[in-house]
Amino acid sequence: MAASLRCFLRSGKRAVLVAVRRGIHSSSPAAVQVTVRDALNQAMDEELERDERVFLLGEEVAQYDGAYKVSRGLWKKYGDKRIIDTPISEMGFTGIAVGAAMAGLRPICEFMTFNFSMQAIDQVINSAAKTYYMSAGLQAVPIVFRGPNGSSAGVAAQHSQCFAAWYAHCPGLKVVSPWNSEDARGLLKAAIRDDNPVVFLENELMYGVPFEVSDESLSKDFTIPIGKAKVERQGSHITLVSHSRFVGHCLDAAAVLAKEGVDCEVINLRTIRPLDVECIEGSVMKTNHLVTVEGGWPQFGVGAEICARIMEGPAFNFLDAPVTRVTGVDIPMPYAKILEENSIPQVKDIIFSVKKTLNV
Amino acid sequence: MKTMLAIISNALCRITGRSAGEQTVSELLIGLSEYVNLTSPPAAAAVPPPARRLPPEPPPPAGGAVQLVSSRTDQTDRPGGRVVASRSLSDFTPQVTFDIKKCDVHRLEAGPPVRAELTREQGLQYYRTMQTVRRMELKADQLYKQKIIRGFCHLYDGQEACAAGIEAAINPSDHLITAYRAHGYTFTRGVSVREILAELTGRRGGVAKGKGGSMHMYAPHFYGGNGIVGAQVPLGAGIALACQYQGNNQICVTLYGDGAANQGQLFESFNMAALWKLPCVFICENNKYGMGTSVERASASADYYKRGDFIPGLRVDGMDVLCVREAAKFAADHCRAGKGPIIMELQTYRYHGHSMSDPGVSYRTREEIQEVRSKSDPISLLKERLLSNNMASVEELKEMDIQIRKEVEEAAQFATSDPEPPLEELCNHIFSNDPPLEVRGTNPWSKLKSIS
Repeated sequence: MAASLRCFLRSGKRAVLVAVRRGIHSSSPAAVQVTVRDALNQAMDEELERDERVFLLGEEVAQYDGAYKVSRGLWKKYGDKRIIDTPISEMGFTGIAVGAAMAGLRPICEFMTFNFSMQAIDQVINSAAKTYYMSAGLQAVPIVFRGPNGSSAGVAAQHSQCFAAWYAHCPGLKVVSPWNSEDARGLLKAAIRDDNPVVFLENELMYGVPFEVSDESLSKDFTIPIGKAKVERQGSHITLVSHSRFVGHCLDAAAVLAKEGVDCEVINLRTIRPLDVECIEGSVMKTNHLVTVEGGWPQFGVGAEICARIMEGPAFNFLDAPVTRVTGVDIPMPYAKILEENSIPQVKDIIFSVKKTLNV
Repeated sequence: MKTMLAIISNALCRITGRSAGEQTVSELLIGLSEYVNLTSPPAAAAVPPPARRLPPEPPPPAGGAVQLVSSRTDQTDRPGGRVVASRSLSDFTPQVTFDIKKCDVHRLEAGPPVRAELTREQGLQYYRTMQTVRRMELKADQLYKQKIIRGFCHLYDGQEACAAGIEAAINPSDHLITAYRAHGYTFTRGVSVREILAELTGRRGGVAKGKGGSMHMYAPHFYGGNGIVGAQVPLGAGIALACQYQGNNQICVTLYGDGAANQGQLFESFNMAALWKLPCVFICENNKYGMGTSVERASASADYYKRGDFIPGLRVDGMDVLCVREAAKFAADHCRAGKGPIIMELQTYRYHGHSMSDPGVSYRTREEIQEVRSKSDPISLLKERLLSNNMASVEELKEMDIQIRKEVEEAAQFATSDPEPPLEELCNHIFSNDPPLEVRGTNPWSKLKSIS
């Protein structure tokens, strides 16, 4: 039954791996597995359908189906007007997207990777982020900048930078960093519906990873509020805070640590700016220990900000140890596999840091 | 008889508002006839009322008569009290066709027409617009020197014909974006002098509530005011994309200077605009200097109208409001016909330095500035045309000057007396359409509120 269903679906245009599982308990709802890529694709498809002001532009998004196939099928469905291939002109097409947003449309501006957004960063910050404030509310800029962020595999220094800290530094921007498929779907829909500039940081290594998603998340109006973190795993000994791919690493570390009697609470930030400090504080006031985990560089990064905020708030007095930051190594990303692997946090680094923080 | 005449003339004087003894009775009687005409409903304004804020309209001509106002300013607010002498409309030429300079063209079969029609109403309106911008900029200069305006202040005097001519050629529903020398366009796009000056002085009555300043003023279909040189050009192309996308037959006029003309993002914009046939009129205001660098020192090619390569271009005399208007109309029609973008180079000049911190004479001579003032001033050119073709009278224009000065003075009064924005406003307008949020102040105990 499941096999024939899979064949039927595979013959469809979108090769979504769907496994319909019947749980042991007959009352549990049927769960669906969706990859992050397909979650993003479906979210964009639904939002394009819902609001004709929404359109997608970027390099290779149309006829190539997307450099990473995230926009697969959209050009065929919506055509040239709404899915626009651009020349290799980041500064130009980003400015064009921002101008279109100012004039009433709702663009999704894709960067092939966020590394290339540096060429256009003036348009993101000075033309998009600051305008509502400078105009005292006269001119809104409803735009989403999305694309893969952070390290990939073997792409070396110029293609591996994490921009979470850079963009999250700036008032006027919202910065979102989903981890799993449900995050990707709900946050992208929320970002597209938001009337403000949203930087949407995806992760290339997560695109192909399938996750179970709830039925309610498949509804066309499912959105996840921007600015709210999610506790992925309850725990009592220590809080792990992370975003994007490293949430998975934290959960893996937590599973290993659980066997050793260490009970970790894992928080998935979901949004970097505005940061859900209350969620972190609430957790720290319960566990008394905090470890932040990110892929980006340590200096002036997401973990650094969390440390500062915890110190400034009520949770400080509940800490039994200083906050520990687990980050990428403070170097440009090397190419050789062994070097690359040792440049970003691994599960063992998280486990080690947890034990050091707990002094066990 | 003499007493009779005196009584009559006194009575006529009271009615017409002239002081006794200045006019003969016959002139007063003619004046009385004009007064009677004045009380009839005024003629419809030459420009249809747009659905947006407009610069203040010139007073509409009443009946068939021309209002000539007394030099006594205390009488200007009395309706019907302004007729001083009789000159009926038939005395003025209602419309003249002028020969204008031919434009250099690039990749075009033909350029704009070499003859431009100007009606009396249009002439007065253009004059009023340009003179208002001129006086407003000079007032800003004064306020800056008094340290009431601070920071950046890039003045537009000398270039008025560009803003006035472009606005005359496009519709209010078209879009316009420019760089930092933006006060002129802010006015022509509908923001009052009051709100502009109050924004420059950083008061709550400013168009951006004091939060934007000189380079960040906005209005419907006017996107500023942009501080980063060249960044407004892709934005303008994007606005044009939105026009095309929405199929509303609107165009976007995207302005930049001779300095910005060398920015890479311009060429990226030209490429995409041409590729997608965006209805974008790219206009280079070439005032010969990018800050302190002359065009010869900055550009390998100073033929800015050709720099779009595959995009057709026009080089236009930017000191003649009629040239600008005809060229802008030509360019707008080109875009609206779906032919894609077009570039206009307006050859113009700024009297002030780059900004208020630049005296403007270290890289150019005073003689050069003076020469432009005496030979090519846009307001003088128009005035000369109007007067020598009997389209307006000296008194009329003088009175308009006085009115404008008064308006600018009152605006400056407002701009200096209006209070600064309240501190509660500090963190507002971070996000649009969002619930209120908390913003960190300068220290951890300072928690400020931000509402949309």
